[in-house]
Amino acid sequence: MTTQYILFFSLALISVVSALGMLFSRNAVYAALYLVMNFASVAVFFLLLNAPFIAIAQVSVYAGAIMVLFLFVIMLLGAEQTGPQQAIVWQRPVAVILGLILAAEVGYILLSQFGFIPPGSAEIADSFGSPATVGVDLFTSYLLPFEITSVLLLVAIVGAIVLTKVERNTDQERK
Amino acid sequence: MLPVYYYVGLSAVLFIIGALGVLIRRNAIVIFMSVELMLNAANLVFVAYARYYQAMDGQIFVFFVMTVAAAEVAVGLALIVAIFKAKNSINVDQISTLKG
Repeated sequence: MTTQYILFFSLALISVVSALGMLFSRNAVYAALYLVMNFASVAVFFLLLNAPFIAIAQVSVYAGAIMVLFLFVIMLLGAEQTGPQQAIVWQRPVAVILGLILAAEVGYILLSQFGFIPPGSAEIADSFGSPATVGVDLFTSYLLPFEITSVLLLVAIVGAIVLTKVERNTDQERK
Repeated sequence: MLPVYYYVGLSAVLFIIGALGVLIRRNAIVIFMSVELMLNAANLVFVAYARYYQAMDGQIFVFFVMTVAAAEVAVGLALIVAIFKAKNSINVDQISTLKG
């Protein structure tokens, strides 16, 4: 149990620090790399929570595919730095105050409820969270949502292509 | 397993950092990354409660959230590229008009 606590708090430290690094780094590339680190640490949390399939999906989909897409666009646009900005002066203090209020609310609720939920049982089936279990659930009780995601991904592909397409034929279409 | 509060608390911290990122940062790409961070915080709670109740449904939902995030990033980054072509900037303060 103690090792679990040590693991949890060291990993929590890594993920919070990397999230803060993403928030405060001026350079968008550094922000993206901090976010990769954060996703990796959350993947280890998923492993701690008996979700190996989700953990691997997290690493390959989030830390892999999505962040590569981010880095690709950052470097394609050459938009690592954004210059001096902040057109609205009062925006930053208001954002910090609202964030603190949210944090206070969440903290109050968590502290007032502490110990209210009984701790979860330590025993768990070996197959819990394995790819086989996830697959069986995905293709039986969640078959329709699964099929709908395929349509969603198709829409995303079409949308991305349409949005970035160079329109060469506009003159011909007008004629 | 550890008490589920720890995971909820960590997830809340990550979510708040993500929300602050959306509010504070002006770079559209970093704003997108903050949205990803918030989705990830939600995923952590899903998996924590899936483990707590020993039900697979939470993990299945994480799978769907990942799919939605991937679709969102693809379309969002395409939008950012299109805006950058038109305005030569991705500072969200300069994208205040509807007409390109």
